[in-house]
Amino acid sequence: MIYKVIAKPEFEKFIDALVKANLSYGPKQVDTDKDGNPIYQFKEVNAASDIAFDYTTTASSAKHFLTPYRETLSHFTFTNSDWEQDISYDSKPMVLIGLRPCDISAINILDDVLLNKHFPSPYYLARRKNTFIIGMDHLPLPDCFCKSLNHHTVTTGFNLFCSDIGDKYYLSINSSKAYNYLKEFDIADPTDEDDCKLIERRKLIKQSFKTDVEVTGLPSFLDIEFDSPIWTKWGDKCLNCGTCAMVCPTCYCYNVEDRPDIDLKGSSRQKQLYSCNLVDFAEVAGGHNFRPKNGDRLKYRYYHHYLGFAENDNQPICVGCNRCGRACLADINPKDVINDLRMEKESCMICVSPSPDKT
Amino acid sequence: MQHLGFSHSKIKIGSFDFTCCEGCQLQLANRESTLPAFLELLDIRNFREISSERHDDYDIALIEGSITREDEVERLKTIRNNAKILIAYGSCACFGGVNSLKNHFPIEESIKEVYGDKEIDTLPVRKISDVVDVDLSIPGCPVSKEEVERIVVSVVTGSLIELPKYPVCVECKQNLNTCLFDLGEVCLGSITRAGCNAVCTTGKTPCLGCRGPADDINFTSFKELVAEKKLSIDDMNEKLGFYNCFEEFRHDKS
Repeated sequence: MIYKVIAKPEFEKFIDALVKANLSYGPKQVDTDKDGNPIYQFKEVNAASDIAFDYTTTASSAKHFLTPYRETLSHFTFTNSDWEQDISYDSKPMVLIGLRPCDISAINILDDVLLNKHFPSPYYLARRKNTFIIGMDHLPLPDCFCKSLNHHTVTTGFNLFCSDIGDKYYLSINSSKAYNYLKEFDIADPTDEDDCKLIERRKLIKQSFKTDVEVTGLPSFLDIEFDSPIWTKWGDKCLNCGTCAMVCPTCYCYNVEDRPDIDLKGSSRQKQLYSCNLVDFAEVAGGHNFRPKNGDRLKYRYYHHYLGFAENDNQPICVGCNRCGRACLADINPKDVINDLRMEKESCMICVSPSPDKT
Repeated sequence: MQHLGFSHSKIKIGSFDFTCCEGCQLQLANRESTLPAFLELLDIRNFREISSERHDDYDIALIEGSITREDEVERLKTIRNNAKILIAYGSCACFGGVNSLKNHFPIEESIKEVYGDKEIDTLPVRKISDVVDVDLSIPGCPVSKEEVERIVVSVVTGSLIELPKYPVCVECKQNLNTCLFDLGEVCLGSITRAGCNAVCTTGKTPCLGCRGPADDINFTSFKELVAEKKLSIDDMNEKLGFYNCFEEFRHDKS
């Protein structure tokens, strides 16, 4: 990693040049909610002035740039006795600007799932390798809990990371591509004062978290609480609408369908990101549904996020961005569900038995 | 016609309109990019938006509109007898549709309001399945041509016919839309069947549920969230009643 500093006006010039030369996405205000708060999304940007550098968080994550909500995996062309499959992994180079540490951590997790295993996804690989990521730090929102999951900082997965130290950005440069491009601009080595400001900034961010979700030992808690009534309690609220998975930066589950062309001469294989909360997620041929109840489906979403991955890959796949919590109409959020689960067991008075006597 | 080396015959089809705007039938004559290929799958026996020929030997009858007159009942029963498969399409045929608003008022009052003193033969609005057996329903106001095309292809190739079971929220979020509840609106997207690609909410118009309830909706939770967000229950009820799609839930006091 190389560290440099850049004055904010010069940084905007750098971004402007980058954005004008490449297909780029950055945070943009798309609406104002009923209470007067801005709502942001990652949208295509064509100039630095399009970007809301001081944004809080986006309503949806950046995952769909790498694993789109819907994509055609391949197209088949039929002949009388045979067929041909056309697959294209082409992806335009793309710049993602302003991702938060949790968003970048989420992409690192997607890398673990979709690239670093036995069967890497060529579709994901094509996009990932062609994506230039610029991260930016921010002060947490009152409901952000990425610190609980240790994703309030990030050291890998980006080309460039910018920490706001007042009138300058402190740059962590993580790729030669980023460095070579930045060299064209007025950058300087950090002074001692800059270093101090960075430390102060990090301290401030760390101290600003208002929400903590206790995740230590959560996998075994979840295992033990398989039959807990809290799943029914929260399941009864769940609308089965899939919003949580759509806005989640790491939910990658999908559905694949073959759709014959209307002229019957071919067929396309369509992938759509899906959600384990949707009613037919676990429905199989013949119509049997392994998870017909809301509570079961909700439970398995938590299991996937906090248990399965934690056991198999030594990390939960939740990064603590709380997008699901903010977007949920029924007010279901990880903090309340997990706390509820812990409370259930930790405050249980029925089965408390004294510790075994010392012998 | 050949598909995967198998030959298929064209579907003998008839399309019939009852009380409606004929917008759904018009929809089927839309989408010019695929229209020739679509018509290639069909042997149009009776479809006044597309052809002036009239024949009664059709395998599939598409029924558009709701039933509001005695003579419509007779006509519908005849069509049911002629057809092997009867498909209700559009919100009017599937649920009663906008026409059903009439059912909320005394019939004489409605007649007087619209026609003055003219004598009119009219009945309370009924959906198609209230009168005859329906084999398949394709909801929407209007229907999505893309969905109809997909279903017709499934019929021709003998494959599984399915509508999305999940609600509009999925497609709405895929379009990166701002949730209309965040803008202070009551939206039926979270309880309405998807398949429209969230066209209304993408245009910032709340979902009025024209495609009817999704599978296994959580209506109780929906009512609670509208109340918790301090939004108008009257507004919610008006939206639920708009296409007559949520009657089984709306009057359930449990």
